[in-house]
Amino acid sequence: MTLHDLEKSFQAKIDAEIKIEPKDWMPDAYRKTNLRQISQHAHSEIVGMLPEGNWITRAPSLKRKAILIAKVQDEAGHGLYLYAAAETLGTSREQMIDDLHSGKAKYSSIFNYPTLTWADMGAVGWLVDGAAILNQVMLCRTSYGPYARAMVRICKEESFHQRQGFDALLVLSKGTPEQKAMCQDAINRWWWPSLMMFGPKDSESTNSDQSMKWKIKRKTNDELRQHFVDMIAEQIKLLGMTLPDPDLKWNAEKMHYDFGEINWEEFWNVVKGNGPCNKQRLEARNKAHQEGEWVREAALAYAAKKAERLQKRVA
Amino acid sequence: MSIRIQKFYYGDIPEEKSGAFMPSSMANEASSGWPLWEVFIRSKQGLDHKHAGSLHAADAAMAIENARDVYTRRQEGISIWVVESKYVHASNPDDAESFYDPASDKVYRHPTFYDLPDEVKHM
Repeated sequence: MTLHDLEKSFQAKIDAEIKIEPKDWMPDAYRKTNLRQISQHAHSEIVGMLPEGNWITRAPSLKRKAILIAKVQDEAGHGLYLYAAAETLGTSREQMIDDLHSGKAKYSSIFNYPTLTWADMGAVGWLVDGAAILNQVMLCRTSYGPYARAMVRICKEESFHQRQGFDALLVLSKGTPEQKAMCQDAINRWWWPSLMMFGPKDSESTNSDQSMKWKIKRKTNDELRQHFVDMIAEQIKLLGMTLPDPDLKWNAEKMHYDFGEINWEEFWNVVKGNGPCNKQRLEARNKAHQEGEWVREAALAYAAKKAERLQKRVA
Repeated sequence: MSIRIQKFYYGDIPEEKSGAFMPSSMANEASSGWPLWEVFIRSKQGLDHKHAGSLHAADAAMAIENARDVYTRRQEGISIWVVESKYVHASNPDDAESFYDPASDKVYRHPTFYDLPDEVKHM
């Protein structure tokens, strides 16, 4: 079969909604795109533990602390599902971790913003996880089998993340004037970065959309973002809070909310490494990895010793 | 073949915008080298163990403990099998057509192939 034939039968499979599995033939660019996307997604889960880990020791009650620990543990698990999915494409875990730690690989820029108050834990759960879920629900139907299966598992677990966030904000929104102010302040700071999570506007791209054609993605950035705005603009009414956008308005003609322009300069700045916490996050990851090195080595040495003893006993 | 992917999505920031920087603490480390394990989980008594995913661990005991933490945080399992991935042998997807071909023309293996009188009722 020529390359052209292989590509044609590959696309025919995609068009027929047949999942691609690790050992199937796939175009190099399909492999690379998936690899980059899945590993970035995995890194986002891992780095995403840092802003929340910041509040575990300071959670206002034992209940909130237990919830937060469970959520952070889920994120570690999600990172692991995704790393395993990425490995099926032919990279190694070490390579991916090295790329994250050197700054070569990216993760979601949202985690380069600081979590300043307890209300941020609520806002992160409600807005940040809420935005992530929309993307992840779509990815449950992505064309690469291992990625889709990881996403199904993640989506099952993620729903509690958003609900606990809204629940935490709901309590604050009914609290003292100081608690209400803290709730509003967190929403003000997290709203715009959450909208940026969906990535650049569709109009920024002029080329044909290969990711859509390959069904890696099934919705555009703008479609997902609009869905998110429509959802949050309604939910915030239940909190009795406001979103920091004077242009946010229901458009009865479009049956969607209109909203203001995102600060794209800020978006690219944070992507390039100049966000409030980029340096801090990478340093925390590097430190954890280095300080864990002796544990990884000891575990291997112990396993080797045990295997050796077993062999002696057999012999 | 060269297809340029121009559109950027959430979780898919292109390399050329990456602006990598190296933190000073970056050291050249040895790789951990823990082998890969496949994890199979029985969700409840009476059901098969089913493939759940994979993970890295130094040995089998650690693989089982990690599998518990990664795959059964919400009581998804009552029994775990792990097997080092290198011991899994698989059929070749490229051969699928000829490999499974012998079964494709044997419709008489299915109960619906037999057209029986209605009076037989359940059979």
